[in-house]
Amino acid sequence: MSTSEKTVTVVRRPRWLRVVGALALVSTAATVWLGLWVTPPDAVQKNLVRLVYLHPPIAWVALYLAFGLSALASLLYLWRRTRSMFWDRLAASSVEVGVVFNALTLATGMIWGRPTWGVWWTWDARLTSTALLLVLFLGYLALRRVPVDPEVRARRCAVAALIAFVDVPIVHFSVIWWQTLHQGATVLNANLSPTIHGSMAWTLLLGFIALTLVFVWMVGVRYQIEVLADRTGAERLEVSLAERWAEGDLDSSTAGGNGHANGANGSPVRSPTRVGQ
Amino acid sequence: MWRDALLVAGKDLRIELRSRVALWQVLPVAVLSLVLYAFALGPARHTLAAAAPGLFWLAVLFSTVLATQRSFAIESGEGTRDGLRVSGIDPAGVFLGKAAAVAAELAVLQVVLWAAMTLLFGVHIHTAWLAIVASFLATIGLATAGTLYGALSAGLRVRETLLPLLVLPVLAPVLLAASRAWSGALTGPVSSGESWLRILGPFAAVYLVVGIVLYGPLLETA
Repeated sequence: MSTSEKTVTVVRRPRWLRVVGALALVSTAATVWLGLWVTPPDAVQKNLVRLVYLHPPIAWVALYLAFGLSALASLLYLWRRTRSMFWDRLAASSVEVGVVFNALTLATGMIWGRPTWGVWWTWDARLTSTALLLVLFLGYLALRRVPVDPEVRARRCAVAALIAFVDVPIVHFSVIWWQTLHQGATVLNANLSPTIHGSMAWTLLLGFIALTLVFVWMVGVRYQIEVLADRTGAERLEVSLAERWAEGDLDSSTAGGNGHANGANGSPVRSPTRVGQ
Repeated sequence: MWRDALLVAGKDLRIELRSRVALWQVLPVAVLSLVLYAFALGPARHTLAAAAPGLFWLAVLFSTVLATQRSFAIESGEGTRDGLRVSGIDPAGVFLGKAAAVAAELAVLQVVLWAAMTLLFGVHIHTAWLAIVASFLATIGLATAGTLYGALSAGLRVRETLLPLLVLPVLAPVLLAASRAWSGALTGPVSSGESWLRILGPFAAVYLVVGIVLYGPLLETA
């Protein structure tokens, strides 16, 4: 079919995204190398400490970066002066990547918790809140999948992201509000002096940078997919409408040419003269 | 805004008074759930008494989902939301009115549930002020967050299944804090119950403010 051939476009990622992707790959590889081979095992936690280079950076990306970015983008979407689909797509991409990282936060936390605390799960406040956040943002994704007008969807999702984001501070302060098993913040503690030292601190810092880059790259790619999905959706609609109209023309010409176009299921569709509008 | 809120709340409550759906459907389901919890936990009095605050608030939580669903179902008729939108009523007023109506229904529900609980589980409140303050704050939190999410899923074909997924995780802190506060009011210590008001209060305040600010954009998308 000539129409479907026309919709095939070659997608090239923008240069900045490819650069970020390469940097993410290199820094992640460096973190793995430093984390697994260069840094020494911990005096108390032995090799388990190596998860520390991964778990806090993943949590940082999920709980603060991803959901923070989605809240900011949602806010900018709702604000009339900056309203554009760019913010809607950015918020959606960010939440989707955030949900993946949120699940990884829980998974790595559980892998660390089993040998350390002896259980996969404890009803610790921070664990529970992180799990709640996951469900909360799964709800956002569910809301996004409901077929409605893109404008309506964008606005409702923006509101949903903002309401859900209000829950994030509860996660953050839960460590202070509730007395828990979970250890307090190691890097960003109250007086901002890191409590780990040497190669371990550098590896952890690199882990933060690497996973932030991975996050940026994933959101960038996801954003592109969102744009393409919208575009192909619109193109497919045009193609199928054109097909319907063609059928309608055929019907009307064989049925005496009364000039009314009808869809395949008998429901009236818009007249072919409005194709270009 | 306040006059509009009163108008909307009056409208919702009048519809409820006349249709009696909340009275004859939501309320019996809530009481029934107490009986079902007892079936699940066994008839031992001390088990039920220990679990009572949590079960009470669980029943209220699920009733909130039903009440908000009902609150938006009465506006699902043809053009009803459009009518509300073009009536010139302040969106913040609509939000406050609908939340107030849900809160009023929840307050009645809690009184009835409490009576049922005293009869069925044999528990008594020792510190009345704590229970009342906790109930008041929790009800505001439940009604405001519930109304926001009700509006979010209103008019969608999948709203019945979507609303619980959206609203229950958000309301979880209220369940947690209200249960603990009531536990303090029922069996003590009062001080541990009191400290949970520090979660109920900000939660209610935050969702009240968020609702007033964000309801406008939501109403436009109906």
